[in-house]
Amino acid sequence: MVPVSYYLSLSAVLFTIGVVGVLVKRNPIQVFMCIELMLNAANLTFIALGRFYGTATGEMYVIFALAVAAAEVSVGLGIIVTIFRSRQSIDLDEAALLKS
Amino acid sequence: MLTGLVAHWDKLRDGIYHLFIFPEYWHGIRLPALVPYVALAGIFAFTLGILPMLIWIERVVIGLMQDRTGPNRLGPRGLLQPPADVLKLFFKEDIQPGSIDVRLYYLAPFISMLVALSAGAVIPLQAVTFRNPHGGLFTVPVTPGNVNIGLLFMLAASSLGVYGIILAGWSSNNKYSLLGGLRASAQIISYELAMGLSLLCVVLLAGSVQLDHIVNAQNTLPFGIHGLPAFLKGSIFSWYWLQSLLVPVVIYTIAMIAETNRAPFDLPEAESELVAGFHTEYTSMKFATFFAGEYVNMLMICGLNASVFWGGWLPPFNCFPFTFIPGFVWYILKVMMGIFFYTWLRATLPRLRYDALMNLGWKRMLPLALVWLFLLAGYSLARTAVTQHAAPATVMTAAHVAPGR
Amino acid sequence: MPAIILFWILAIVCVGAALTMVTTANPVRSALALVVCFLTLAVYYVTLSAQFIGAVQVVVYAGAVMVLFLFVIMLLNLGAPAARTSEGSGQRTAAVALGAVLLLVLFVSGMFFEVPGRAVSAASAQAQGTVKAVGLTLYNPHLPWLFPFEATSLLLLVAVVGAIVMTRRQV
Repeated sequence: MVPVSYYLSLSAVLFTIGVVGVLVKRNPIQVFMCIELMLNAANLTFIALGRFYGTATGEMYVIFALAVAAAEVSVGLGIIVTIFRSRQSIDLDEAALLKS
Repeated sequence: MLTGLVAHWDKLRDGIYHLFIFPEYWHGIRLPALVPYVALAGIFAFTLGILPMLIWIERVVIGLMQDRTGPNRLGPRGLLQPPADVLKLFFKEDIQPGSIDVRLYYLAPFISMLVALSAGAVIPLQAVTFRNPHGGLFTVPVTPGNVNIGLLFMLAASSLGVYGIILAGWSSNNKYSLLGGLRASAQIISYELAMGLSLLCVVLLAGSVQLDHIVNAQNTLPFGIHGLPAFLKGSIFSWYWLQSLLVPVVIYTIAMIAETNRAPFDLPEAESELVAGFHTEYTSMKFATFFAGEYVNMLMICGLNASVFWGGWLPPFNCFPFTFIPGFVWYILKVMMGIFFYTWLRATLPRLRYDALMNLGWKRMLPLALVWLFLLAGYSLARTAVTQHAAPATVMTAAHVAPGR
Repeated sequence: MPAIILFWILAIVCVGAALTMVTTANPVRSALALVVCFLTLAVYYVTLSAQFIGAVQVVVYAGAVMVLFLFVIMLLNLGAPAARTSEGSGQRTAAVALGAVLLLVLFVSGMFFEVPGRAVSAASAQAQGTVKAVGLTLYNPHLPWLFPFEATSLLLLVAVVGAIVMTRRQV
């Protein structure tokens, strides 16, 4: 049996990779993917702790996280497509109209 | 002699049936533990063995339908054509175009093949009955992995198949390939929804997503009506194509053709507009792998169709000449009926326009499947109230097992 | 012991794929690396006896979400690896430094965590992850999951309508 701390550590590594990716990347699609990675790292924690506490609560949270992620992706990619249509580029630094 | 045979017919028949019931232990080996390996070997052997033949079958059937002779050059009735084709593909020159993404280009056919084959891991071929040392009977489904997420696994595998196509389209660095890949991904995502919903209709009635449970749940009298003759138990009228009231099987059949990119939904490789679509830049064995992957995918998706809507290993009528034939033969027959249907459509229907395809998927089939799911939920509640027992019979016990299957 | 070996193999694949995703400049490769990462996570879920979540992970993330990503990348023709990271501004150094701090905090808090109390037997955990058990928990009116579930369906509906309205050409 793998101890729960292994899973938590792995999740920490994945989450950090996601955070660094969000900060470093300038392509919004890749930023989006990093956010997905962070969500998944959190899901791994939920499942691992649910397994070791013997409750189904962790799985329930993961189901909701999955649904929210799906909704978020559909809206987010819609926004990206719209931005691309209006200015032919999706670079995050160039999408700064609201900045004076 | 003959009268004696007729008089002892029942006893004789039971004797024949008991030929199919295996002892649990044989020289100290526990036989049920070997069943998954047998199933794995069987599925692999059947899938890879029938692959070259499928092309021959398709050409012969289309030839018949279009009043032509079909393949007739090599061997009797062109039967040596498939091995010749395979040899030809092996020895063709392997061309690698310039300016491609080399790694993804070589990876794509393998993904397509691997994912298609992996779907076979949960398909139940048959149920075998064992007798334990105390004389009790129990039944084991012949499947490589009898997991409780069987149907979800099949859905997952079929949804992963799109990666092979997308990668091929993108890595070839060719506009026709890219368009083919785009079309394929949009089409597969769209039709997956309708397909999943039509399968949900069956899950609603069967009360399980485990494939052998779904097949066993069809082993009842039609619509749960008491008092029908016993030969109708688990017969063609109690399979889910009829029990789910016809609409889900129609939706699934349309969606499965779109999922495997076959005519009339073969827009990703429409030769009149896209050369050859996503596999324009592929030659020799790389192309053959794609081709084989497509056929394996067809076999797997017809296999799911056969076990979910057409009763899996159950014979069409629960009486002598049908029950004597082993279950996997029935199963394979049902799968081949699906393949025949594919060929039939290919010979009959012209290719759809792309917007017509999307309209059909999103505006017709998806709402219809949703509405039907609701109707079926109400219907199954009402039926439970009438027949006094919850519709799903998901637990298989020895009492439910008819001998010989 | 086999479980630990499997964990390490999967961990190497998973972290390697995640790192590839962040470091590569090519969006298509990035998406593919993320798919590999999600698939290994699905295997983790199955080894943690959450079979239903594992299957849903593959269907939703690998089968739908990432295909959507690839579709948008190809639709907008962003496949060329021209996408730049923010050079020069010092943001990258700051990000890596902050990431190191975050990793330290999370890692230390995770590494020494132990579940107090009894160990859950493998059999009871196995029964908990099946489709049936998940359904019975999710739709149980005495447990607090039913209302959030309905709210989620509304959220998904809003997302669908929002995405359609946003990407329609003529509004």
